[in-house]
Amino acid sequence: MSMHAPSHDLPLMFVEAGILAGEVTILDNISLTLNAGAPTVLIGPNGAGKTTLLRAAMGLIPVTHGRITWGGNETAAPARRAFVFQRPAMLRRSTEGNVHYALAAAGVPHGQRYDRAAELLTLVGLDGFGSRPARRLSGGEQQRVALARALARDPAVLFLDEPTASLDPHATKAIEDIVSNVAARGVKVVMSTHDLGQAKRLAGDLVLLHRGRLIESGPAAQFFADPRTEEASKFIAGELLI
Amino acid sequence: MTGDVSALQLVLSGDPGLFAIVRLSLLISLSAVLFAGLIGVPVGAFIALTLFPGREGVIVVLNALMGLPPVVVGLAVFLALSRSGPLGSWGLLFTPQAMVIAQTVLVAPIIAALTRQTIEDLWVEYRDELAAMNIGPAGRVATLVWDARFSLVTALLAGFGRAAAEVGAIIVVGGNIEGFTRTMTTAIALETSKGDLPLAIGLGIVLIFIVILINALAWAARRAGERTAG
Amino acid sequence: MFNRRILLAALALGIAAAAPASAQEKSIVVSSTTSTQDSGLFGYILPLFKSKTGIDVKVVSQGTGQALDTGRRGDADVVFVHAKSQEEKFVADGFGVKRFPVMYNDFVLIGPKSDPAGIKGSKDVGTALKTIMAKGAPFISRGDKSGTHSAEINLWKASGVDIEKEKGPWYKSIGQGMGAALNTASASSAYVLADRGTWISFKNRGDLIIAVEGDKRLFNQYGVMLVNPAKHPKVKKDFGQLFVDWLVSPEGQKAIANYKINGEQLFYPNASDAGA
Repeated sequence: MSMHAPSHDLPLMFVEAGILAGEVTILDNISLTLNAGAPTVLIGPNGAGKTTLLRAAMGLIPVTHGRITWGGNETAAPARRAFVFQRPAMLRRSTEGNVHYALAAAGVPHGQRYDRAAELLTLVGLDGFGSRPARRLSGGEQQRVALARALARDPAVLFLDEPTASLDPHATKAIEDIVSNVAARGVKVVMSTHDLGQAKRLAGDLVLLHRGRLIESGPAAQFFADPRTEEASKFIAGELLI
Repeated sequence: MTGDVSALQLVLSGDPGLFAIVRLSLLISLSAVLFAGLIGVPVGAFIALTLFPGREGVIVVLNALMGLPPVVVGLAVFLALSRSGPLGSWGLLFTPQAMVIAQTVLVAPIIAALTRQTIEDLWVEYRDELAAMNIGPAGRVATLVWDARFSLVTALLAGFGRAAAEVGAIIVVGGNIEGFTRTMTTAIALETSKGDLPLAIGLGIVLIFIVILINALAWAARRAGERTAG
Repeated sequence: MFNRRILLAALALGIAAAAPASAQEKSIVVSSTTSTQDSGLFGYILPLFKSKTGIDVKVVSQGTGQALDTGRRGDADVVFVHAKSQEEKFVADGFGVKRFPVMYNDFVLIGPKSDPAGIKGSKDVGTALKTIMAKGAPFISRGDKSGTHSAEINLWKASGVDIEKEKGPWYKSIGQGMGAALNTASASSAYVLADRGTWISFKNRGDLIIAVEGDKRLFNQYGVMLVNPAKHPKVKKDFGQLFVDWLVSPEGQKAIANYKINGEQLFYPNASDAGA
């Protein structure tokens, strides 16, 4: 992977952004700025709006109120953004074929795809898996294929939605290592989790969502040491937020 | 062909008349499936991926058309291609091309309906990933058709089975002309009407054998493909 | 993948188009009856005609009614059928150029060996039919407006029966060809009117035998007509006329007379009989 100049996708700003589905408020008046740097981790109970916020940030769903800007622009062409879904769908191709497809979609010239694919598969620890049908891989392996596909876009911002939600500790560790590695190379990682331990291990910044509202955001160390809101304290203490 | 020898003996002895009939049957039905595929797959994919007013109605009609009676299709194509009909100047009635047209009309809805179902299911699965990879509409169709190709083979096979088995459409538009538009099914109909039931049954066995063979080949290709693509 | 597909499509088109292109040069379509086709007559005489003229004759065999309709629509170049009154109407309506008598064969009344109506050996088809009706013995009618069907209706009429009004459950109209009618009669031990040619070459006879034959009213005349090019300009009038001329020529007439199954002559040429 090449290093690149700060992308025009950053800073990514939510300005009083809201999303309504019919009568139901999914996101409510969110103002948030995501800057280059260490990973930003979204936490909050199920249904808090984490996935919706990630999708809106990717540009997959439009906001119904307010706006989102990418490097100051409201156009949403996701050329330098990539997304790993909570349950990524594997294309009905080989592992290598999945990565090739993503490289082609990202406009990588045909002649370079073989080397790039091999590089990416090595990065996610799938050496030797290239010719295996992707749909027959384990959940953790599929998650890594999805990461390789996302990285094929050479993203400035990488969104990960609960990337380790259904994985065993071993597979979780592997994914976390890749995420740290990628972040260290200058990619802005924005991910959701409801594993507080994972948030502690990976986060530079933390964002706590509850019922579609942004409760608290800031540097992770400060968040854990000195939460400013009652919800944050409860969440850190492991109590249910209702 | 004379009636006293069974069709199986004719096959074993390489009877040229029978060979010509089998060859024509395959040529017509395979051509029809090819054209029906070229029409049905894009149409099915379009319906699967596009929201337009009346879409539900189109799907219902398309599914219903899977059960089109061959003889009705035959009659419609006959009326169109007749020298007194709108396309009479083409001079295609009672030719193999007319039979290909009739079977294409018969089979295209089957392939379109099954393609629509297959592509729509895969689309639900792929939708987010393709959106995240910023794939445009054309690329979307190409990706879904390609990745669904092994399921689409089943749709094509269903179409082929229907085409190879039907007699109602091709006997009307082809005329069952010996050595020119006589296929296995029209020959079976003829031999039955001549009372040569053993030959009719023999031809029927040959027909079933060929359909099984083609299905087996397609199945083998599908399995081989799935081993690499999943 | 798409390139390969297009290639395949082009290939299939090419093959499908090439097959008839060579044959279409010198060929005509003749709509005729199932009886001439099923009896094997065409299989015998058409190769003779082709070797003389190089013209391929493509026979579409249908019931007489449908065969005439095919001619009426202009989908055949020549019509060769056996229902004189319908043929004359066809010509009178301007669809045919001129009708030529070609040959005759005869109808036979077929029935089960057990002969429930007790008509076996009779020479009077009128009485035989009335007996079948009186005893309610099963009878299969073609019911398809074919030449044989109209001959059957005429025979009922000649024996004083209005079959449309007087038919009962014993009379089954199946709306299919001669072979299908014989198959049905064989399977249900019924009487059926058949042309002798189809009967001789029919293989699935089961218990069926000839019950009545030799009555003059069972006479079955065939006629041939060129479809009128004035109505349908696409008719291949030159080749079609060649075929008509050949059928009624001494050579064609001899070919018809020479066609035999098991030593039995099926059709009797009579082109010289202008009133036939």
